[in-house]
Amino acid sequence: MSMLHLNYDVPGDDFTRAGEASGDVKKKLKQLGYEPDAIRRTSIAMYEGEINMVIHANGGKATVDIEPDKIVILLVDQGPGIADVEQAMQAGFSTAPDTIRSLGFGAGMGLPNMKNYTDEMEISSVLDEGTTVQMVVYPKK
Amino acid sequence: MKVKDIVGILKAEVLFEGNMEEEVVTACGSDMMSDVLAFVKDQSVLLTGLMNPQVIRTAEMMDMHCVIFVRGKQSDDTVISLAKEKNITILATPYRMFTACGLLYDAGLRGGCDID
Repeated sequence: MSMLHLNYDVPGDDFTRAGEASGDVKKKLKQLGYEPDAIRRTSIAMYEGEINMVIHANGGKATVDIEPDKIVILLVDQGPGIADVEQAMQAGFSTAPDTIRSLGFGAGMGLPNMKNYTDEMEISSVLDEGTTVQMVVYPKK
Repeated sequence: MKVKDIVGILKAEVLFEGNMEEEVVTACGSDMMSDVLAFVKDQSVLLTGLMNPQVIRTAEMMDMHCVIFVRGKQSDDTVISLAKEKNITILATPYRMFTACGLLYDAGLRGGCDID
């Protein structure tokens, strides 16, 4: 049962706004008094996922379920999908165009960061249909 | 050192004044935001040559207190207004990245990595 259920639309056409959702989640977790490590891990992982949706998928939807003993982040897009998830998980592998690299992204660290910062992560993707990423963070007791 | 001390060390212009009394101990210099997100632990200061709003969002995610734009970059209104919203101090230094990092290292800031 979720203590707090948050829904966000992540617009795909405005790079300036990318990160608004994860910034809001960070603020809410702070207000709810979660421990700093859980707040940072959740917001960074969600930020990386949000950026990915903007860069690669023309935006998507993010939902966050905040419970006392876990935080569940679900990112869903209807973008081109990931051809090889295992390859995409490799540090340094990126399909980002040069325009994105000039903005400071596209280093190929997004998915590895998301996996490192969260306690559980699952990706499912279908080419030409979209990608779903679910991550779970367990705050320290 | 405090954020306000950096202004003198780097001959910096203050583009937005957050909490200048904030104590800072570690710093990171990078133009790749995903690297900052991956490798930075408890860094309070970010030096970068990238002038775009995602730098501020990255700094916010990492709980950084101060962003320093190197190489005399022209300021961008979107960046400054986002920094105001997040209360992150923004400085601009004419020094290039290597020198700016070196000056701060010389003054006592460290990288916060285990190999230090």
